[in-house]
Amino acid sequence: MDVKRRNFLKIAGLSAAAGLGASSAFTQLFKGDALASEEGHGGETAGHAAPAQGEHKAEDTEFQYGMVIDIPKFAANKGLAEKCIAACHYEHNVPDFGNPKDEIKWIWLDDYEHSFPDASQYKRNAGLNDLPVLLTCNHCANPPCVRACPTQATFKNDHGVVIMDFHRCIGCRFCMAACPYGARSFNWRNPREQYANGNYKFFKHGLNPNYPTRMRGVVEKCNFCPERLAVGKPPACVEATGDTKAMVFGNINDPNSEIAKVLNSNFTIQRNPAAGTKPSVFYII
Amino acid sequence: MLEKALVGSNKYWAWVFFLLGVITIGGLFYLYQFNYGLGATGMSRDVSWGIYIAQFTFMVGVAAGGVMLVLPYYIHDFKAFGKITILGEFMAIAAVAMCIMFITADLGQPMRIMNVLLHPTPHSMLFWDMLVLNGYLFLNAICGWVILNSHNKGVHYPQWVKPFIYLSIPWAFSIHTVTAFLYCGLPGRHFWLTAILAPRFLASAFAAGPSLLVLISMILKRVAKFDAGEKAFQKLGTIITYAALANFFFLGLEFFVAYYSRVPGHMHTLDYLFWGLDGHNNLVLPMRFSLTIGLIATTMLLFPQIKRNEGTFALSCAMLFLSLWIDKGVGMVLGGFVPNPFDRVTEYYPTVIEIGISLAVWAAGALILTILYKIAISVQAKEA
Ligand code: SF4
Ligand code: SF4
Ligand code: SF4
Repeated sequence: MDVKRRNFLKIAGLSAAAGLGASSAFTQLFKGDALASEEGHGGETAGHAAPAQGEHKAEDTEFQYGMVIDIPKFAANKGLAEKCIAACHYEHNVPDFGNPKDEIKWIWLDDYEHSFPDASQYKRNAGLNDLPVLLTCNHCANPPCVRACPTQATFKNDHGVVIMDFHRCIGCRFCMAACPYGARSFNWRNPREQYANGNYKFFKHGLNPNYPTRMRGVVEKCNFCPERLAVGKPPACVEATGDTKAMVFGNINDPNSEIAKVLNSNFTIQRNPAAGTKPSVFYII
Repeated sequence: MLEKALVGSNKYWAWVFFLLGVITIGGLFYLYQFNYGLGATGMSRDVSWGIYIAQFTFMVGVAAGGVMLVLPYYIHDFKAFGKITILGEFMAIAAVAMCIMFITADLGQPMRIMNVLLHPTPHSMLFWDMLVLNGYLFLNAICGWVILNSHNKGVHYPQWVKPFIYLSIPWAFSIHTVTAFLYCGLPGRHFWLTAILAPRFLASAFAAGPSLLVLISMILKRVAKFDAGEKAFQKLGTIITYAALANFFFLGLEFFVAYYSRVPGHMHTLDYLFWGLDGHNNLVLPMRFSLTIGLIATTMLLFPQIKRNEGTFALSCAMLFLSLWIDKGVGMVLGGFVPNPFDRVTEYYPTVIEIGISLAVWAAGALILTILYKIAISVQAKEA
């Protein structure tokens, strides 16, 4: 073997090795996301743990809380949706500033067209747009808000719930730009403002002493009520639906859970699934 | 060398005190915003970033634009840039300082800004943006200062700065690329979700930055007897022309993709920006104005006679700069939020507070620039 040839082989071998290394690094960096989410599909019922791939995303959790919202049941029970909203907003001291510019909301109502703008609105059947659609954070299994947050003030817990650390948040609002669902609100001003007589200006239903209020300059949103789940209670909004079964809450990755069974036996849709975020809130229309 | 900034004509001092005055007023506005919260601005739940972030984005471009002098001078040994390359580097310093001020003005909890470093988060593009911006500030400060200091002493700059100079070139591209990544990696914001955003950012930066430098150099020629030289101006003119052409070409591609494919998500923001959407059209006039003067300026720059005449050259640079400022410093960021995820249109108007604070940041940038340029020009005058 002449020197040239030997050198060539050496170089070829080295570059192949480098290539292999690079390609696996590449997979780690960029494809980790895609691989995990492919495996994760169908994960609605089959429990699975995402392999630890790259740093690129919050990993799918074995346990993923989710919610099914049954719209016809809300349509049949006038005022039920409003009850859910009031329950959540009281429970979490969500301020009401009375104007759209400062608005903060954790759960709210909209029509079909604006809840599912990516679904076809073409020759929509009559009445569809009059349905009351409850909207909240989707606790995405692949949440872009978590990816965007520069301080990890927004993070996903072991139960797939996307929560906020109000004390760490710097108020950059990158997460608001990143959320494709408009689920996040910012405290544009101080929600704790009081009148001279000590009453709160913006907590319209009074103060819930069991949940902290926020300071101005931080972001907030629905947190799936971890403080209630910890003591074995359902989320406040779910509790407000009573036994109507208009909202079902639970671990969507446990095939034996009630929610998994509901998902298995009903046609459900999600908001903007094309964004690849894997929302954990499902709708029966 | 700093002492050189402390001696100057009455006009120099009048300008410095004018800027200080604007900064003070803006500072008071900021105090109000600090106490009240960002509700003092026109931003809302739907348009959650406003002119602060838009100006920030534009200024990153101006900072990156400095490389259009550094690159020809140090890599291609283009001697005619000898006098103004330092101005490009110092412009980058002032621009990055403005970026940092705009970001800080936009934070809901500015006192916690260090959390970004205390909890480093590599999957957040904002973390990287902070790193590359501060790195660029550092690189330009080192290169600019050391080189100027050597000039002052009448010696050649030391060899050890060379690697920093070379590093600052790709670094300039990186700051604007990473800034584009802040936007183009977000699912659900169709207007930003385009791979051409970073190239578009760079093209507009390489037109806007040098345009500003041409304008400033022309002012310096009158007020400070600093002549960058005809050859330098002409070369800058060429750079600006090609960058502007690339910028409008990229914009044209966006239009084609949107209106030929007719995918609603691709069209909506362009509709809003250039035609109005659902009866909302507050940006239509500025955006059309921007496009018109931008195209006229670029066409003007294609004519050598126009470029060679100082008056018309300055006019085309000013028009182009204004055009790109409206396009990126207003339309690009605001447009991304319209329509919102619910397919609704919320319009945004900056408040007086917000405009005052922004003007103060511009004034602070101008002050930094004035001081740095004063020093640079005094050193070069001594040399001559
Ligand atoms: S809905 Fe928005 S805020 Fe909630 S997890 Fe998904 S991306 Fe984050
Ligand atoms: S506003 Fe707060 S939660 Fe949102 S990205 Fe910034 S630091 Fe994170
Ligand atoms: S799950 Fe809890 S936080 Fe979320 S909307 Fe319901 S009550 Fe509010």
